[in-house]
Amino acid sequence: MLNSLWLIPVWPLLGFLVNGFFGRRIGKTAVGTIACGSVGLSLLASLGALGKLLARPAEARRVEQVLAPWIGAGNFQADWGLLLDPLSAVMILVVSGVGFLIHVYSIGYMREDPDYPRFFTYLNLFTFSMLMLVLANNYLLLYVFWEAVGLCSYLLIGFWFEKKSAADAGKKAFIVNRVGDFGFALGVMLLWTSLGTLRYDQVFAAAPAQLVAGGGVVTAITLLLFLGATGKSAQIPLYVWLPDAMEGPTPVSALIHAATMVTAGVYMVARSAPLFTLAPLSLSVVAWIGGLTAVFAATIALVQTDIKRIVAYSTISQLGYMFLGCGVGAYAAAIFHLMTHAFFKALLFLGSGSVIHGLSGEQDIRKMGGLRKHMPITAWTFLIAALANAGIFPLAGFWSKDEILYGAAAGGYGAVWALGAGGAFLTAFYMLRCYYLTFEGRSRVEPEAAHHLHESPPVMTVPLVILAVFAALVGFVGVPPEHGAYHRFVEPVFAGAKQVAGHAASVGEVPMAILSLVIALVGVWLATRFYVWRPEIPARMVERYPAAYRTLLHKYYVDELYDALIVEPIRRGSLWLWRRFDEPVIDGSVNGIGALIRIGSLALRRVQTGYVMSYVLSFIVGVVAILGYLAFWR
Amino acid sequence: MSNFSLVSTVVFLPLVGVGMLLLVDRRREAAIKHLTFAVSVLTFLVSLQLYRGFQLNVPGMQFVERKPWIAGLGVQYFVGVDGISLLLVLLTTFLTAIAILSSYTAITTWVKEYMICMLLLETGMLGVFVALDLVLFYVFWEGMLIPMYFLIGVWGGPRRIYATLKFFLYTMAGGVLMLVGIIALYYLNGGRPGGEYTFDLLKMYGLDLPLRTQIWLFLAFAVAFAIKVPMFPFHTWLPDAHVEAPTAGSVILAGVLLKMGTYGFLRFALPLFPEATRYFTPLFSWLAIIGILYGALVSMVQPDLKKLVAYSSVSHLGFVMLGIFALTIQGVEGGILQMINHGLSTGALFLLVGMIYERRHTRMIEDFGGLARVIPVFTAFFLLVTLSSIGLPGLNGFVGEFLILVGTFQVNVLYAVLATSGVILAAVYMLWMFQRVMFGKVTHEANRRLTDLTAREVAVLVPVLLFIVWIGIYPRPFLATTEASVKQLLAQVHIRYRADEPRGGTPPIPTESGKVGMGPRVMDASREPRAERGAEGQRGRGAEGINIVSAGDRAGSALAQANRPQTTDDRRGARHAQ
Repeated sequence: MLNSLWLIPVWPLLGFLVNGFFGRRIGKTAVGTIACGSVGLSLLASLGALGKLLARPAEARRVEQVLAPWIGAGNFQADWGLLLDPLSAVMILVVSGVGFLIHVYSIGYMREDPDYPRFFTYLNLFTFSMLMLVLANNYLLLYVFWEAVGLCSYLLIGFWFEKKSAADAGKKAFIVNRVGDFGFALGVMLLWTSLGTLRYDQVFAAAPAQLVAGGGVVTAITLLLFLGATGKSAQIPLYVWLPDAMEGPTPVSALIHAATMVTAGVYMVARSAPLFTLAPLSLSVVAWIGGLTAVFAATIALVQTDIKRIVAYSTISQLGYMFLGCGVGAYAAAIFHLMTHAFFKALLFLGSGSVIHGLSGEQDIRKMGGLRKHMPITAWTFLIAALANAGIFPLAGFWSKDEILYGAAAGGYGAVWALGAGGAFLTAFYMLRCYYLTFEGRSRVEPEAAHHLHESPPVMTVPLVILAVFAALVGFVGVPPEHGAYHRFVEPVFAGAKQVAGHAASVGEVPMAILSLVIALVGVWLATRFYVWRPEIPARMVERYPAAYRTLLHKYYVDELYDALIVEPIRRGSLWLWRRFDEPVIDGSVNGIGALIRIGSLALRRVQTGYVMSYVLSFIVGVVAILGYLAFWR
Repeated sequence: MSNFSLVSTVVFLPLVGVGMLLLVDRRREAAIKHLTFAVSVLTFLVSLQLYRGFQLNVPGMQFVERKPWIAGLGVQYFVGVDGISLLLVLLTTFLTAIAILSSYTAITTWVKEYMICMLLLETGMLGVFVALDLVLFYVFWEGMLIPMYFLIGVWGGPRRIYATLKFFLYTMAGGVLMLVGIIALYYLNGGRPGGEYTFDLLKMYGLDLPLRTQIWLFLAFAVAFAIKVPMFPFHTWLPDAHVEAPTAGSVILAGVLLKMGTYGFLRFALPLFPEATRYFTPLFSWLAIIGILYGALVSMVQPDLKKLVAYSSVSHLGFVMLGIFALTIQGVEGGILQMINHGLSTGALFLLVGMIYERRHTRMIEDFGGLARVIPVFTAFFLLVTLSSIGLPGLNGFVGEFLILVGTFQVNVLYAVLATSGVILAAVYMLWMFQRVMFGKVTHEANRRLTDLTAREVAVLVPVLLFIVWIGIYPRPFLATTEASVKQLLAQVHIRYRADEPRGGTPPIPTESGKVGMGPRVMDASREPRAERGAEGQRGRGAEGINIVSAGDRAGSALAQANRPQTTDDRRGARHAQ
C-alpha cells in the first residue's frame, strides 16, 4: 500500500470519469454504486495505509513518492508528488470515511433528482481532489487541488442552477475564494523566490536556516498563506460565502462545507507549522482571527432561523477554534478538533437534511417543532451531534475543544482563551436552541408538509447512526488529553514546530476542563430555560433589544457592506471605463486621427479643381506674394 | 537536408492547396470544403514532423534554409525555426485546420474564395513565424493582412467594412513604422566597419548600437508589435474586428494573429535592441499590467459575448507581455506557453460562441440564460473552456499564468501583486458571463428549442480540449521545447538568470530589518554552486565575465563561453543549413 500511494485517490477519479461520460446511460443504481464503491475503495486503501504506517516506528512514518514531473522552467520545478505522514493519514481517513457515509446517504437524499449522475460525478471529482489536496507533497500541487475543490464547491453549490440564488451563491463562493487564493498564490511565489523550492520537506529543512525567525519575509509568506486559508476555511474577513453555500444540496454542505473542504485551510496552516513557528506575529494573527471568528459567527447563529444556516455559522465558528488552536501552537489539538468536528458537523448537516427531506423541503425552524416523535433516529443523532458540538463531556467535541482552550491558556494567551470560552458558551446555547426548536415542543409544521412527514429511509438513517457513534466516541482516541493514541501518532509531525513564544502559564489541566464544561453546561441550561421552560423569553428579548436583534439577524450587514464598498464600485467603475473612457477617449482618438486625415484630404481636394483659371489665379497670387516678400521684407 | 526544407514545405503547402482549389468548380462546395480541410490537416501533420526532428537542447535555429532572393539588396529567402517559433508554427497549423472544419456550415456564400483566403492566411502566418530575413518577414507580415482583410470584409457582420478597414489601416500604420526601422537597421549594419549590407536577422543580432539609436528603433518595431498584440492603449481595433469577423476569422485572429505581436517582441525587438529593452521594461510592464486589469474590467461589463472575449484577450495578452518583459526564464517561458494557451482557450471560446450564434443569430448575453438545461453537452464544453480561460489549475491557463507571475515576482513584487489581482477579475467576468448564459431558467422561447452540438462540432472542439487538459497536467514537452531558445534569448538581452541562482548555502534574504521588499537582488556570483550544476556551467561562467548562471545547462554554458551570442547562433544556423 505504501509503495503505491496513488491507489488511495485514484478510485474516485475513475468514478468521476465513468459517471461523467456514461452516467446518463447506465442508470441510477449503477451510478450510485460506482460513486460509493470508489470512495469505499479509497477508504479501504486509506485504512490499509494507516495500518502499514502504524506498523512502522514513529520516526519512519513518512512516505513520499514522485509520480511524474510537472512544471519545469529554469530552476523552477514542481512535481506530481504524494506524501503520506500521520497528518495526511488523519486527513485521508476523515475524507474517505466521512465521505463514504455521505455518498451512501446521498443515494437516498438525491434519489428523486433528475440530475443524479451529475451530482455523483461532481461528488467523486471532489473526493479525488480533496484526497490529492491532503496528499500533495508540495505547495503548488496543494494549490492546484485547493482550487480544484473550490471548483467542485462552485459546481455543487450551484447544482440547482436554475435557482438564481444557487447560481449566485456558487459564483460568490468561487470569487471570494479567489480573493483568498490571490494571497495563497503570492505566498507560494514568495516562498519559492526565497527558498528556491516548493517541496514541503525541502522548504521546512531550509526555512530555519534561510529565513530570519520573526523576519519580514517569513511573516509575509505565512500571512499570505493564511489569507488563502481565510478564504477556503471561511474566516473573517472572507467567511461571507459559506452561509450562502447552503444553497447546495445538503449532502454537499455536509461533505464540502463542514467535514472536508473548509478544513483545508486548517490543514494548510498545520502543514506549514514549521513556517508559522518562525513567524510569531502571523501566529498571533491566526489565533486572533480564529478566536474572533469563533465568537462572531456564534453570535450570528444565535438568531438565525434557517436550520442549515445555523449549522453553517456554527461551522465557521468551529473552524475559528481550529485556527485558534493553530495560532497558539496547539496544532495537534487543532487537527484533533478538525477530525471530531468532521463527524459531528457532518452529522448535524445530514440530520438537517433528513429533517428537510421529511418536511418536503422546509428549512425554517419556526415551521418545525415536535419532530422527535415522527423522526426519532434523526432526532437522537442530531442531539448527540449538537451536544458534541457544544462540548459536553464525554462526547467527541468536548475533548478536542477543551484541548484547544487548554492550549491557549497554557500558552499564555489569556484574551484568546476568553474569546474561545465565550464562544463555547454561545455554541452550547445556539446548538440546543436549534435542537429544541426543531425536535421538541409543539409542532409548528405547515399542514401540507405535516401530511407527508416521515422518518428517512435506512439508506439515510444508517449513516446517521454510524456518524453518531463516531461523534460520541471518536474523542477517546485523544484520551488522556495530550497523551492519547492520537497524539502519539500525530505529534511527531509537529515536533519541529513546538511553540516558541512561551511564557507558559501554569494551569491545571483538569480544572480547565471542568471550567470549560461548566461554561458549556451554562449555555445548555440557558437554552433549555429559553426554549423549553420559559418559551416567552426570546420574544421579550427581541422586543427589548430590537437593534441588536436586527444586526444579528442581518449578519452585521457585512454582505451589504462588501456590496457597497467593493462590488458596486467595481461594476460602476468598469462601466465608466468602457462607456466614458475606452469608447470616447481611446477609440475616439484612433478614429479621430482617421477623421483628421479625411478632413485634411477633403480640404486638399478643393485645390485640385481642374479649372485652369483657378490654377492661374493661384499662380499669380503666389508670384505676387513672393515678389512682395522680396521687395518689402528683405 | 534537401533543397526544399521541411519548414518551407509547411509554409507553402497551403499555397499548393490554393492551386488545387483554383481547379475545382466553384459550385462543388462540399468538395472544396473537404479539400481545404484535407490540405490543412496535411499541413498540420507535416508540421508535426518539424517537432519530431527538432533537437530540444539546441538553442539556435533549426531546419534552416537560405537562398538568395534579391541579391543586389542582400535580401534572402531565409527561414528556420527555434523552440519559440516551432510552438507557434504548430499552433498555427493546428488552429487553421480547426477553424476550417468549424466553417463548414457557417460559410454559405463565396465558399471557394473563403477557403482560398484561409489557406493564403495560413501561409502568411507561418511565414511570419519562420522568416529570418527582415524583408521576408515584412512581406509575410503585411501580406497576411490581405486575406484577413477579406475574411472580415466579405464574410463578416453588419459593420464589417468599418471593422476591417480599421484593422487593416491600424496594423498597416504600425507595419510601416517597422519598415522604416528595418531600413535603418540595414544601413546601420552595412555601414559599420566590416559590416555587410544584408537583411539577415541573425547577423543583425550582432549590432552593437548606441542606446539612443536603439531606443528609436525599438520604438519603431515595438509600436508595430504592440498594435498587433494588442497592448493597451492600442487595443480598440480588436473588439471591432472580433465582433464583425466570422467565427473562423475570430479564431485565427485571437489564436494566431495576436501572437505575431508578442512573437515580434521576442524575435526582433528584444534581441536586436537589448539596452533599449531594458530601458523600456518599466513602461511596457506597466502597459501590460494596465492591459490585464483594464481588459478584465471592461470585459466584465460587455453585453456582447464576442466583445467580452475580445477584451479578455487584451487582459490575457497583458499577462504574456508582462512575462516577456520580466526577462526571467520563468516569465518568458510562461509567456510563450500562455501564447499557446490563449490560442487554444480563446480560440475554443470563439468557436463555442460561433456555434451558439449559428443557432440563435445573436451574441447578446441577455438573449440567453438557462442553456445548461437545454444543451448540456455544449455547456460541458463551455464550462471547461471557461475554466481554462480563468486559469484553473489542472488546465493549461494556470501553468502559463503561474510561471509568468513567478517570473515577474522575482524582479518586481508590485507588478506580480497587481497582475495576480487580475486573476481574481478573470474569475469575475468569466463566471458572471457563464452564469448569465448557462444558469437560471430559460427566459427566451427560442432558447428552448436549441439543439445540442453535432458530431462535427464535437470533433472541432475535442482536439482543442485535449490540448487544454494535456498542457495543464503535463506541460513538460511544451516548456522543454522553448527552454533552450529562451535561455539564448535572455543571454542576448544580457540578463543574468536571476532565477537560476542556486538557493542553497547562504540565506538569500539578508538578516536586516526583515522587510519584505524584494526588488531585484544582485546575487553573489561566488556563492557555492548547487549540486546539480554541472562542471560545464561553472567553467562557462568562469571563462567569460558574462552574467549567465544557468544550472548546468549545456546551452547556457556554451553561450556563456561565447562572448557574443550571435556567433553561436550563426554557427548553429550554419550547421543546420548544411
